[in-house]
Amino acid sequence: MTAVPTAAPATTPDATLDSTLESALARAAAGERLSAQEGLALLERADLLTLGSLADAARQRHNPGRTVTYIVDRNVNYTNVCVTYCSFCAFQRKPGHTESYVQTLEQMDARLAELDGLGGRQVLLQGGHHPDLAIEWYEEMLRHFRAKFPRINIHGFSPPEITHFAEIWGLDRKEILRRFQAAGLGSLPGGGAEILVDRVRRQIANLKATTDEWLGVMEDAHALGLSSSATMMFGHVETPAERIEHLVRVRSLQDKTGGFRAFACWNFQREGTPLGKKVAASTGAYDYLRTVAVARLMLDNVRHVQASWVTQGPKIGQLSLSFGVDDFGGTMLEENVVSAAGTTYCLPIEQLEHLIRDAGYEPRRRTTGYEILPRTDVAA
Amino acid sequence: MSAALPPPLAHSLTTPSSTGPALERLRPPADLADIASKVVRQERLSFDDGLRLFAHPDLLAVGRLADAVRRRLHGDVVYYNINRHINPTNVCMQECSFCAFGRKAADPLAYEMSHQEVYERAASCAAQGATEIHIVAGLHPLFDLAWYEECFRGLKARFPQLHLKCMTAVEIAYFAKMERLAHREVLERLVAAGLESMPGGGAEIFHPDVRRQICDNKCDADEWIEIHRTAHGMGLKSNCTMLYGHIEGPEHRVDHLLRLRALQDETGGFQALIPLAFHPENTALSHLPGPTGMLDLRVMAVSRLLLDNVPHLKAYWIMLGPKTAQVALSFGADDLDGTVVEERIVHMAGATSPEELPVAELKRLITETGRVPVERDTLYRRVQRVPVGAGA
Repeated sequence: MTAVPTAAPATTPDATLDSTLESALARAAAGERLSAQEGLALLERADLLTLGSLADAARQRHNPGRTVTYIVDRNVNYTNVCVTYCSFCAFQRKPGHTESYVQTLEQMDARLAELDGLGGRQVLLQGGHHPDLAIEWYEEMLRHFRAKFPRINIHGFSPPEITHFAEIWGLDRKEILRRFQAAGLGSLPGGGAEILVDRVRRQIANLKATTDEWLGVMEDAHALGLSSSATMMFGHVETPAERIEHLVRVRSLQDKTGGFRAFACWNFQREGTPLGKKVAASTGAYDYLRTVAVARLMLDNVRHVQASWVTQGPKIGQLSLSFGVDDFGGTMLEENVVSAAGTTYCLPIEQLEHLIRDAGYEPRRRTTGYEILPRTDVAA
Repeated sequence: MSAALPPPLAHSLTTPSSTGPALERLRPPADLADIASKVVRQERLSFDDGLRLFAHPDLLAVGRLADAVRRRLHGDVVYYNINRHINPTNVCMQECSFCAFGRKAADPLAYEMSHQEVYERAASCAAQGATEIHIVAGLHPLFDLAWYEECFRGLKARFPQLHLKCMTAVEIAYFAKMERLAHREVLERLVAAGLESMPGGGAEIFHPDVRRQICDNKCDADEWIEIHRTAHGMGLKSNCTMLYGHIEGPEHRVDHLLRLRALQDETGGFQALIPLAFHPENTALSHLPGPTGMLDLRVMAVSRLLLDNVPHLKAYWIMLGPKTAQVALSFGADDLDGTVVEERIVHMAGATSPEELPVAELKRLITETGRVPVERDTLYRRVQRVPVGAGA
């Protein structure tokens, strides 16, 4: 056996790094704006429970009190035909694939009628990037829903879809948004953001909207009065610094427009996706809780942070309420995209309310715009 | 979960970890200050302290206290082991209302393994480098003391390197009754056959108000404790458990933990506490919702704080799920248990966790939390393995 050289101390504390962390902790506790460097120090080196308490205090600054909101909604994924081929997606089907589909208005009506009957207030309308459907097909769908289900807000079309439409229809994206809005679109979901750093996007979603395009669509939408959410999908090929860069980009646009109502994040779900073969392992609940807490602290201008119990399950979903989350998101009467990647957590409304109460909060239903619905308005 | 966060502390709760930045800077909430100072001075907590820890609205503050104790005891190490569970039969005379595993002999889902089938399972895990076999089963009249004696002899003859951690106190009590033997005689015969330590199952909740309702036929608290006392007196190590999240209240959990603490003061024979999260599905208590993630972590943290004389606290991923078990490492746990393989008892109750976690996945769960995975044997000795390709 060769002699092992005397080991240096496992880690030599770096004075600069530690002082960055010190200042980040102090500034986070004081509710001050964090720099990218400070956010990174928190993400990489702060203790999990310290992050949780700081994020929980931030949650109380943004949303004081003991209420946790949720919205009764459902996903309608009108088509799974997609020509964008993202490596992390298990939902997409090529045009002409035997499992590809485009839903009819009648099929979608049945789903919305069920939602309406349950007092649902939002439909999350998203689909694959279909190469052939015309703008009139979408406008007709929007006008139809708007007229038939006036209580249900249409929360539809994430920025990559709008970018895709602009390309295939040769129209300006602002024009598309204006026409959709006129036809009944109420707000935009924040999907397709993944990581807003082009180095990462080139690796995982080469054909999808670039960082600037994603942010550009949101800026246009906000300018038209269409509010939106923002999301982040992490835990694949990005670095911790790139997660922070993502949060800073969202924050900068929010400074300009104020149009983001909420933020949600989740870690990449591998099963059945091409990217899953390249990424050695998914990150765990520990990483999710740290990231959602840091997001709450970095995004000092976004009011709401949503849980992602669809990906995390009811236990970690509930626990996220101590890590900066104030909203349980949608009930997702139907979810097709994440479940295609092997994650199939589904919560009945009673269980969702039980989790919120058990955590010491009062569950309240809301609209897309975060207005709390009166209890009398809640269908049993 | 106070609206205003207290300012960073000048002094931290414990001495800073040598391998990580000192981050326990959040002052405990004022209404936990007395408990926190007991924890810092390593003073014993009372029954009332336990109730307050269960009731306190700030889960993370309770978690930080437990995490400080864990760090003091174990530093950055998180233990795991490579083991296999074998449940030779699910036929059981007892009808515990929280159980989805036990079956009547005539039930189509009832099964009985032969000795040969047990050896085959042991052989496959021995080939994978396991260090431990964990055997517990239903109380079946044909699976008597002699059956297990022969089974253990057969296992030790074939696989002398596998540690036999077998038979809960409930099974020992059953053999004693069937054979009209003292607990000590049963244990002596099993030890002579190869038994080396005991798992901690069957404790459920000791308090008679709860025990009567969920497992009235089972050996009572005094007998469970007496059997572990006897085992410890013979030099056997054992574990202890607590089944929570069913009909018990916080006062029953605190009572349970303090009974375990009292025995440990006497014998020092418990190695680890394993809090067991109740799974309602397919049980007579299926109308209950089961414990939430917050209760899982609360029980973990309060157990670490109250049970000041039991060295290890296990986050049993089979029952918690790997996600909650990983987070529990920040709430007092220092052990993720084993790779397991073919777990039947909890999965009959609808557990959706995998039945086996590969070693690489266990290690990844640990390293993601910034801690150091250490493989242990049943007695918490480090297992040294020659790395593949290291030569010679």
